[in-house]
Amino acid sequence: MEITVTINGAADTYDVEPWVLLADFIRTRAGLTGTHIGCDTTSCGVCTVLLDGKPVKSCTLFAVQADGRAVTTVEGLAQNGELDPIQQAFKECHGLQCGFCTPAMMLVSRALLDANPDPSEDDIRWAISGNLCRCTGYVNIVKAVRQAAGAGATEGD
Amino acid sequence: MYPARFDYDAPTTLDEALAVLAERGDEARVLAGGQSLIPMMKLRLATPAALVDINRLPGLDHIDEVDGQLRFGALVRHNAIVASALVRDRNAVMAAAAPWIADPLVRNLGTIGGSLAHADPEGDWASVMLACRGEVVATSAGGERVIPVSELITDMFTTSLQPGEILTEVRVPIASRPSGGAYLKLERKVGDYATVAVATRFELDGDGRIADAGIALTSVAPINVQATEAEQALIGESPSDELFAEAAERAAQAANPRSDVRGSAEYKRQVVRVYVRRGLARCHELAAA
Repeated sequence: MEITVTINGAADTYDVEPWVLLADFIRTRAGLTGTHIGCDTTSCGVCTVLLDGKPVKSCTLFAVQADGRAVTTVEGLAQNGELDPIQQAFKECHGLQCGFCTPAMMLVSRALLDANPDPSEDDIRWAISGNLCRCTGYVNIVKAVRQAAGAGATEGD
Repeated sequence: MYPARFDYDAPTTLDEALAVLAERGDEARVLAGGQSLIPMMKLRLATPAALVDINRLPGLDHIDEVDGQLRFGALVRHNAIVASALVRDRNAVMAAAAPWIADPLVRNLGTIGGSLAHADPEGDWASVMLACRGEVVATSAGGERVIPVSELITDMFTTSLQPGEILTEVRVPIASRPSGGAYLKLERKVGDYATVAVATRFELDGDGRIADAGIALTSVAPINVQATEAEQALIGESPSDELFAEAAERAAQAANPRSDVRGSAEYKRQVVRVYVRRGLARCHELAAA
């Protein structure tokens, strides 16, 4: 069936089968491979995208459900060649090691900061609690989000 | 993983949705938040021939207070309940349970109506509704009927909803007397099913005695359990640690847990005992406040 989805600000029309999952659609039809697929069982959160600004697991949503809606992937974070403050902070704070969970972590963090510009460490840990990272132990991820929020990376170290 | 093929409809009116359901009968499933149904379809545990996506139906995302009840449209997302000041003010059990459902990403899509219709015995809302005496509205082409949640859930993943019916609203009585509620959940990690969870609620009469009580258990039987004998132990009594211990013992006897990776049956039964006692103590604090 025909759907129109706005991905990272650009609306386009696609013909998709109803059983195609949003994660696969984004990777194979939209060609945006920054959205990763990890567990494929709604557990790890690595396939997170923003749907109308809210983080969701794109492996647990059919592409047809995004008809008429806006999807933001990690490729949509940087604007005009400038990294989003979240991306800059992940880079500076070494908020990643292998990088597999990083697109999802940054999108969840972006949504958190949009809703709450000055989150506490607890708020950050709560917000990323649906996203697994098997490398970092989360410490530098939390630090990066705090830095992006302007809370200062040294406080509480 | 891909689910088996299915026909997809995303109607924009309830009448249209009901017509599709009436036509397709029991080969159709309603798609709400999809956070349980889609994983089951991907694992081919569910293979509906038709999905009726109700996410585009208007008027199913309200949280209102009407006639002494909280009323939730079937599409109210778990996170909307977390954020609701009205729920925080009117129902302590729901306010306590909502932040512990699944994880933040699932809570952005998963719905209260879908959760109850799915009837997973490890689901949290059914226990909350049993303790709070919640009801659901089932709508079909023939009209509406109201079903107490105690009669909605008939077995594991099985409800008394009929083919052609959509669960459209959830209704929860608001306490008119001093009351308290709690939902205590033990989970290994965020997003895991409960090892054990316990919903507790009571109301006090003018003499400070317990006039009404609800206790229900998650993940300790093939179905969410209303601990009726534990509830009865409380009625007409003054709150005390001894009374709560007696109710907790009865609730532990009502549990029928299985040993699995989350713990032994005896461990889970002990958690029921401890959580019912703690939950009732929390109810007492809130009711006395």
